[in-house]
Amino acid sequence: MSRLPDGRYVDDAPYDPQTSIQQIERRDLDAPNWLLVWRKFRRHKLGLISGLFLLLSYLMLPFAGFIAPYTPNQRMSEHLYAPPQSIKLWHEGKFVGPYVYRTTSEPDMETFQWKFVPDTSRPIPLKFFCKGDSYHLAGLFPSETHLFCAQEGATVFLWGSDRLGRDVFSRILYGAQLSLTVGLIGITVSFLLGIGFGSIAGYFGGKIDWVINRVIEILRSLPELPLWLALSAAVPSNWGPVSVFFIISVILGILDWPGLARSVRAKFLSLREEEYVRAAEMMGASSGRVIRKHLLPNFMSHLIASATLSIPAMILGETALSFLGLGLRAPAVSWGVMLNDAQNLASIEIYPWTAIPMLPIIVVVLAFNFLGDGLRDSLDPYDS
Amino acid sequence: MAALLTVENLSIGFGTFDPVVQDVSFSLAPGETLALVGESGSGKTVTCRAVLRILPRNAHIHSGRVVLTCDGKSTDLTTLSERRMRDVRGNQISMIFQEPMRSLSPLHRIGNQVSEVLWLHRRMSESQARKTVLETFERVGFPDPDRAYRSYPFELSGGMRQRAMIAMAMVSKPDLLIADEPTTALDVTTQAQVLGLIKDLQQETGMGLILVTHDLGVVANMAEQVVVMHRGRVMESGAAAPLLKAPAHPYTRQLFEAAPAIPEVIPRPAPAAESDLILEMQAVSKTYTLRAGSAWRPDVEIHACRGVDLALPRGKTLAIVGESGSGKTTAARIALGAELPDPGGAVWFRPAHGDPIAVHDMTRAQRTAFQREAQMVFQDPYSSLSPRMRVLDALTEPLEIHRIGSAAERRDRAADMLRQVGLNADMLQRFPHAFSGGQRQRLSIARAMMLDPSLIVCDEPTSALDVSVQEQILQLLEDIRDRMNLSYLFISHDLAVVARIADEVAVMRQGLVVEQAPPEVLFHDPRHPYTKALIAAQPQPDIDRPINLKLVAAGAGSPETWPEAFRFSASVIPSLTEFEPGHKVRCHV
Repeated sequence: MSRLPDGRYVDDAPYDPQTSIQQIERRDLDAPNWLLVWRKFRRHKLGLISGLFLLLSYLMLPFAGFIAPYTPNQRMSEHLYAPPQSIKLWHEGKFVGPYVYRTTSEPDMETFQWKFVPDTSRPIPLKFFCKGDSYHLAGLFPSETHLFCAQEGATVFLWGSDRLGRDVFSRILYGAQLSLTVGLIGITVSFLLGIGFGSIAGYFGGKIDWVINRVIEILRSLPELPLWLALSAAVPSNWGPVSVFFIISVILGILDWPGLARSVRAKFLSLREEEYVRAAEMMGASSGRVIRKHLLPNFMSHLIASATLSIPAMILGETALSFLGLGLRAPAVSWGVMLNDAQNLASIEIYPWTAIPMLPIIVVVLAFNFLGDGLRDSLDPYDS
Repeated sequence: MAALLTVENLSIGFGTFDPVVQDVSFSLAPGETLALVGESGSGKTVTCRAVLRILPRNAHIHSGRVVLTCDGKSTDLTTLSERRMRDVRGNQISMIFQEPMRSLSPLHRIGNQVSEVLWLHRRMSESQARKTVLETFERVGFPDPDRAYRSYPFELSGGMRQRAMIAMAMVSKPDLLIADEPTTALDVTTQAQVLGLIKDLQQETGMGLILVTHDLGVVANMAEQVVVMHRGRVMESGAAAPLLKAPAHPYTRQLFEAAPAIPEVIPRPAPAAESDLILEMQAVSKTYTLRAGSAWRPDVEIHACRGVDLALPRGKTLAIVGESGSGKTTAARIALGAELPDPGGAVWFRPAHGDPIAVHDMTRAQRTAFQREAQMVFQDPYSSLSPRMRVLDALTEPLEIHRIGSAAERRDRAADMLRQVGLNADMLQRFPHAFSGGQRQRLSIARAMMLDPSLIVCDEPTSALDVSVQEQILQLLEDIRDRMNLSYLFISHDLAVVARIADEVAVMRQGLVVEQAPPEVLFHDPRHPYTKALIAAQPQPDIDRPINLKLVAAGAGSPETWPEAFRFSASVIPSLTEFEPGHKVRCHV
């Protein structure tokens, strides 16, 4: 630092007037959008954990039959409403590895309930990679190997058994196959419709925009639950479980798209004003190209976040329908179908484990919400 | 005399990053004006926000003191409790923010927002506060203070909103006013008036003023003390007169060289008979119909352009200058065929080879051909490149759309173009967000050049850039024009910018061209009161040439207040008459 005679202060540090225009100013932003989003999302712990959990859940789906000790409709007529059994490792101070006790049911002549009495004298170790009932791995490859199962004569009901003596834990795993995918199929339908109509309305404006907006408003004004009920009541009762499942998810998607279409439209309207869109139009790009190359990529991340946030609504919708007996029907297994058994307050009181399918629903819905929140927060990686 | 505000060794950093403000010291005497000068990112705004302690949450003051001396009492603002700080804000120190559009609450009436200061700090009753506020409104130049008191921000123009902000800052008679780029978002003529107002108010109340700006012209007009900042460090500071006359630091010198200057008088070239016109606009008008709020009232017609006749000779630059809302951008959009003129208007584009194209009535094939010849450079370098596309994709897109060349050829051309605009070919794989504003504007220019056009419309290409970068971009545009024999239609609100690049300037006001001439003529022999006002309002980085507010006021008002010969009203509009060869003025002869 130096002072000039007239009292001026002048910085002494060397100064290069030609700071090169070759220099990159924000090296940290030199990355594709997904990488920037990921860098920001990584700091969102709750969202990250939820994302991992959901990823594992979905990866588990094809192997549900392998992990489950029983098949969904395998009945143990000796063990109706059996309470959850615990897996123990130590027996009388000795390590024996994972084992269960054999239980026998006895009628309680006072309450007229079955009482399950464990035989604590003899530990029965679990078997691993054992043969059991046959199932199809990923729906394709027939297999009989289960990750673990009880030995002949013993049972392993981690979360108890239901009214027909079926293992709740196994059924939850199988139920996940339908309950988790219903959201995906529904969101695909809703995505296609929402993006289609939303982008047409937002890009072209005018009359089309008006018509689509009114249709959206009409659809939004219909009371949701009765409409679901009416639509699913219209599904012929002689259809197989798979087609019913498919139709239910499509119905959920059809009712969900207006919300998505609206946000797509709003985003389109704001993006249309961006100068890079104008630039593309001035270059002579067709509307299709502008939408595909400039508009869609720039708000795909917003769409993914809003889709993530609307999957839980679909899962809950399926659960609600099935709970009311209008969605999936037995023999199909979904969490809603399982909860159908828990409709009776008395049975929840006596056999609380029949309400256990609520737990995975709560956890999955929460996880989707955390994930969606995290994504939404990290969508705009460019400010900061 | 004791200093009003002393800042000593102030350092501020965001999170754990390197400090954005390092060791900044200055002091300000009561009644004095200090200008903090610097480009974007120089830390000038952070510095003045630190005085009021309204920094973003993740910014921390690492070291330094900010001492305010009022009525003989000194307080260190960096250690004051948050409660006591609230008494200082708005009462002893007020601030005017840059964006008049966003710094007023849209849900409250102007009067209420301004009175709030008095309710809070002076504990005035509502009627008392109202009286004081109305007096202040009158002082800051609201024609009808009562109406202003009752209006909502959206009912006022940008200049009026900034006046309301000034009123809000002044109403409690603070000892220090901090103005953060108070006029950057305003038109030149409005800027001159607002600056004049701030100066008057300062003389009346004797407050200190910290003026944050990037414009040396503003500094020369306002300041007694100057602090020049660059990358968070003070480059040079001291009294304004010697600093502006003989800048000692190379950075200050660079800023001076970059400041757009009014051209010297040069012997006027004889106007050549321009027959080779690349673009010709004939009687182009554009009327928008605004649906009236009520069914009973007729729809409002807005004339964005009225009878614009412009001709652009090949290889030359035609500039359209005007304030926001003058119709200059509409004219440019019509010239590019993005919008159609009202029936009766015609736009002709004459390529070097082949038939002329009627831009107002193109077939699909003609449009494609026209788009290859005419391209546009946009105003905002931050939004003109898609954040999802690598530089390579953005540059090759025009070629892809017009199906020109193979992938390898496109790539080579993109690399070549990058070198043409002074960037490195290895930047092709990078994303636009990694670049600075000036670099992005270069990318934008490169993209416009990809199709090898002959006409480029530049829509305020430098108004979002720092002064020194603006200089470089103008230089580049000139180079490219001469190298490739391009013609420019250059839109700007800044006469001084246009002066250096244009061969012919058309000044627009309310959709009409009011004066048209080569820039030298326009600057040294302006005839129209509006042109005179524009030139007078241009702040010069020369301390001996202050803004002549009288000239500004005479021309910047509504056209009804102009002298008889130039006046135009809704029904009577004087025609554009050739005053002398090559100099047209809209007046009654």
